[in-house]
Amino acid sequence: MNLHEYQGKELLKKYGVAIQDGIVATNVEEAVAAYNAVKERTGVPVVVVKAQIHAGGRGKGGGVKVAKNEADVRTYAGSIIGMMLKTPQTPGGMEGPGKLVRKVLIAEDSYAPDFDACKEYYVSILTDRESKKNVIIYSTKGGMDIEKVAEETPELVHKEYIDPLVGLTPFQCREIAFNLGLSGKANKEMVAFMVKLYTAFVESDASLFEINPCLHTADDRILAVDSKVSIDDNALYRHPDLEAMRDIYEEDETEVEAREFDLNYVKLDGNVGCMVNGAGLAMATMDIIKLSGGEPANFLDVGGTADAARVENAFKIILKDENVKAILINIFGGIVRCDRVAQGVIDAYKNMGTVRVPIIVRLQGTNADIAKKMIDESGLQVHSAIALQEAADLVTKVLAA
Amino acid sequence: MSVLVNKNSKIIVQGFTGKEGTFHAEQMIAYGTPVVGGVTPGKGGTLHLDRPVFNTVKEAVKKAGADTSIIFVPPPFAADAIMEAAEAGIKVIVCITEGIPIQDMIKAKAYISQFPCTLIGPNCPGVITSDEAKVGIMPGFVFKKGRIGIISKSGTLTYEAADQVVKAGLGISTAIGIGGDPIIGTTTKDAVQLLMADDETDGIVMIGEIGGNLEAEAAKWIKANGTKPVVGFIAGQTAPKGRKMGHAGAIIGGADDTAEAKMRIMAECGINVVHSPAHIGKTMLEALKK
Repeated sequence: MNLHEYQGKELLKKYGVAIQDGIVATNVEEAVAAYNAVKERTGVPVVVVKAQIHAGGRGKGGGVKVAKNEADVRTYAGSIIGMMLKTPQTPGGMEGPGKLVRKVLIAEDSYAPDFDACKEYYVSILTDRESKKNVIIYSTKGGMDIEKVAEETPELVHKEYIDPLVGLTPFQCREIAFNLGLSGKANKEMVAFMVKLYTAFVESDASLFEINPCLHTADDRILAVDSKVSIDDNALYRHPDLEAMRDIYEEDETEVEAREFDLNYVKLDGNVGCMVNGAGLAMATMDIIKLSGGEPANFLDVGGTADAARVENAFKIILKDENVKAILINIFGGIVRCDRVAQGVIDAYKNMGTVRVPIIVRLQGTNADIAKKMIDESGLQVHSAIALQEAADLVTKVLAA
Repeated sequence: MSVLVNKNSKIIVQGFTGKEGTFHAEQMIAYGTPVVGGVTPGKGGTLHLDRPVFNTVKEAVKKAGADTSIIFVPPPFAADAIMEAAEAGIKVIVCITEGIPIQDMIKAKAYISQFPCTLIGPNCPGVITSDEAKVGIMPGFVFKKGRIGIISKSGTLTYEAADQVVKAGLGISTAIGIGGDPIIGTTTKDAVQLLMADDETDGIVMIGEIGGNLEAEAAKWIKANGTKPVVGFIAGQTAPKGRKMGHAGAIIGGADDTAEAKMRIMAECGINVVHSPAHIGKTMLEALKK
């Protein structure tokens, strides 16, 4: 689960990590009030108005503006809140529709009073699948796209792997500070920053922290100017405070509904919907749809108990998508018998009255023959198959009709 | 010889008396799997499914000679269950549990590395050696005895592959479900090495999915050391970048972990790559004839 910048910073602040502080606002009046509060606290009249959406590169699309006074704040907050912000990371990139901005962060100017004396670094923490360890990635090239830095100047990207049983050690923190070229007070500040940052990462069960830029100020303070935070979905059960930060506006409406039904659903752009038991077989079924001349409209894992209620919910979710021209149900009945799944499909179909698209049901496994017979004799507009290739051929046939 | 589990294994179930543990232990026993007991803290000394329940894994090792464990413990306690099994001297640990926090898993993985054990999973369907031992949640009837080994990250797709292999007139020696999490015990390469060395296996079906580099790592090993035909498939050719497709580990991060990239590397390494999951069985049959 991803957090907004302002939520990520709240989390960091709780662990004592120094941040570029600010106040979140949902309209112009709130933004102005936030501005005055920030100005009073810092004594600096300049603030940064930052769009809060789940995507990086916000500055490129006009979602980050430096405001020098209250009038600027009014102008920028007014234009950013409610805009469809396009960044290289929003769906479709700079050519896509963009994402609706609902909130801005009115952030203090951490670069004051001496912008030119500030240095920007890159710091991130993530779990590396290969080494099976957390790794801190850092660079003196801050404020830039790290993938580009890694490509052009790989020698400037450093990594520190953390032993899971020992944790981040003081010598590793010093190594980081020295590799960033820091001495004296700044070096000590960076060591303290890393200790707190890593504690926050582990204790909040994060899967990603990206602090870019991480700022070294003229008076040798180290602070997080931006925060990109993702939390491990599997660990949300022990972080109700973080779960409460979920922003459903950042998620697809149908996906939110599917989650309420306990269905694992991802919306895609194609014309053939699918309903499958098991994530791997679901992905393979999407691939089969493509090979049969269609495009998958979704990923949907109905799980082990494909009974009538679940099948009906899944039908409803899939059919919300107007682009869907056919539905392929692909169930490998192992411990769940195929005849029971077939009964579920028939019941769900009858409960719904009519289904506006042709349906192909492929049931393989225990009692597959009985299940096929049940579907064939149900009198419903449903095509049945047992072998996977048969189902694929039916998709081709239905799409051509 | 067989791989990981066989008729001589002494198997215990951790989370024995729970709903999942009970249901699948019954299925395993019905298949003929040598289940010697189970562990549920606080219920030691009782009998469940006519087998002894122990309070700790250590007790199960001592009293029942357990050497293999299957874990059905809920996610908050599963990493601990894995560590308990390793510390008690269990040699093969199969963790079925889905949804273990990743920070728990990296600790458990590091901890068990000091013990001589093999972890399969988590978030996997388990391991089955046909007609000998089913240490997992797979439908046993699909796995007819034969000489093809299967390695897969997914449950139902494993059954699909096994079914096709059987319908092609072949059968299964051992099927290993390695799991769909980002941090898992036995990797694709580890599993390939086991099956390549197994004298009861003539060919290997290797099923992967988007995310990570396990399949590429295995493919490179196969190119250098492989002695048996391998048929490969990667699920998720149509998956979008950056979206998690059901399994916690099934997410495309960069250019190297797409299905296309993995399939290309596998083909370059001499693996018989199928683009349709409907062609796994017949391609294995053809590969054996080459």
